[in-house]
Amino acid sequence: MKWEPVIGIEVHVELETQSKMFCGCAVDFEAEPNTNVCPVCLGLPGALPVPNRTAIEWITKIGLAFNCSISERSQFHRKNYFYSDQPKNYQISQFDVPVCHDGWIDVTVDGETSRIRVNRAHMEEDTGKSIHVGESGRIHSATETLLNFNRAGVPLVEIVSEADIRSAAQARAYAQDLRTVVAALGVSDAKLEEGSIRFDANVSIRPVGTEPFGTKVEVKNMNSFRSLERAVDYEILRQADVLDQGGTVDQETRHWDEGEGVTHSMRSKEGSSDYRYFPEPDLLPIEVTEEWRNEIAATLPELPSARAARYVGLGVDADSATSLAGSEPLMVMFESSLAAGAPAQVAANWLTGEVTAWSRRESTDITDSALTGQHVAQLAAMVEANSLSSTAAKEVLGHVLAGEGDPADVAAAHDLIQISDSGALESAVDQVIGENEDQFARLAGGEDKLIGFFVGQVMRVTGGKADPRAVTDIIRSRIG
Amino acid sequence: MPIEIDIAHVARLARIELSDQQLADYRAQLGVILDHAARVQELPTDGVAPTSHPLDMVNAFRDDVVSPSLDRDEVLSQAPDAINGFFRVPPSLDNE
Repeated sequence: MKWEPVIGIEVHVELETQSKMFCGCAVDFEAEPNTNVCPVCLGLPGALPVPNRTAIEWITKIGLAFNCSISERSQFHRKNYFYSDQPKNYQISQFDVPVCHDGWIDVTVDGETSRIRVNRAHMEEDTGKSIHVGESGRIHSATETLLNFNRAGVPLVEIVSEADIRSAAQARAYAQDLRTVVAALGVSDAKLEEGSIRFDANVSIRPVGTEPFGTKVEVKNMNSFRSLERAVDYEILRQADVLDQGGTVDQETRHWDEGEGVTHSMRSKEGSSDYRYFPEPDLLPIEVTEEWRNEIAATLPELPSARAARYVGLGVDADSATSLAGSEPLMVMFESSLAAGAPAQVAANWLTGEVTAWSRRESTDITDSALTGQHVAQLAAMVEANSLSSTAAKEVLGHVLAGEGDPADVAAAHDLIQISDSGALESAVDQVIGENEDQFARLAGGEDKLIGFFVGQVMRVTGGKADPRAVTDIIRSRIG
Repeated sequence: MPIEIDIAHVARLARIELSDQQLADYRAQLGVILDHAARVQELPTDGVAPTSHPLDMVNAFRDDVVSPSLDRDEVLSQAPDAINGFFRVPPSLDNE
């Protein structure tokens, strides 16, 4: 049987507010365990939650960025379940009326663009962190669990897509684009490795050409875009295998094991009604008036897709434009390079090439390097004036990144300045011609390939610092 | 018409262990409450907006400002078990 995957993605985004969602405890993940806790986030009897206004503004911002409608009035619900990372035995979440609903983003894979609908984005609170302690270090054989409630009550936005995704590659592209937008909004540091943005995938398969959905499986624990793609791919194949052998897919949650490259069954999924959602009696409805929504909309930054299109308009190639627009540090450096007068494509090449490679190699953010947009513009001007070869420019860039000084000083210190002073070049050319009169006669006689020999000799005489184009011109002028 | 309640399921969701007698008693008592709710549902409510809160107010927010948290030693002294600044609880994996 040929199967078609049907995939939906749930994304949890931790908001980087100063304080938690319903109390004034600090949002600080580096703090000592259980030092940012209070009666509200510990669920002590009688404590009353009060929502953080900034969090409501930020989820509205997220909704607007994903083309969602904003509910004029929404409300909180209690989602009841028993798990030790949730001290109240319920999570304050939203149920039938989320803040944001019915949005979309366009996702491109291999040049093909598809519109993925966003069902909703709702406001909730994060849980505490559990450490499962046991001899093997594996969750299944834990002998005790340690709890840190610093994260309990941190504002969390859940963004739920429709089941519009049809491949693992598309799931990855959706997740990456979503992360890029959230990071651009400045509402979360959106780091997968630190769990400030988390992706779960709902995967089912159906025979190609049929409408009804198959039984869906929720896959969790992917902490990179690559593992998201691998996990979804694995799950599609696993389900196809089960069905091809006449079995049935169980509705369940499965845990992605990065090391083994497989998913393991975790627990049967409680039906939605088992959470016994009911309106949170301690919280008033949220009203986002048109006026408030417009105020929030006015604070939206230029979104990555629009920014990339603008860069293409400046003459930057599409891939570089997407890379630059999708990374805050690259974007900032690119903008300041442009402002300092650097040509767009030259700056784009260096930033997406050498500078990005340097940042990976040194595990250092570009923003923490010594490079400035002014440096990029200076370097471009030196290449333009032929005082640096493009190869030497890349070398200079590395030294500038490392903090050795501005491009002119670095190029001089490393003896990389190209000789383009025509007097010096002319005497070098004449010296070489004098030393090789026979070859010069043959060149003058029409043996044109000897031009390379002469350029090479001039480069030798000048220690490789001559501008080869200028040298070629001078040699030709001597023939004429 | 009496409303069927799977009282054992409700008890399981609340993690409460009930005897057969208690199951029967609570089924009857909850039935009365649900019958009442069913009667309320018969009221004509066309054109009445759903109400989840008795107060006619919205948007009671706080500013995003940090206020002091509790002292950790005091917090952990209330817990049945703690170690190295963490609450310590039995292993928990299943949502059962």
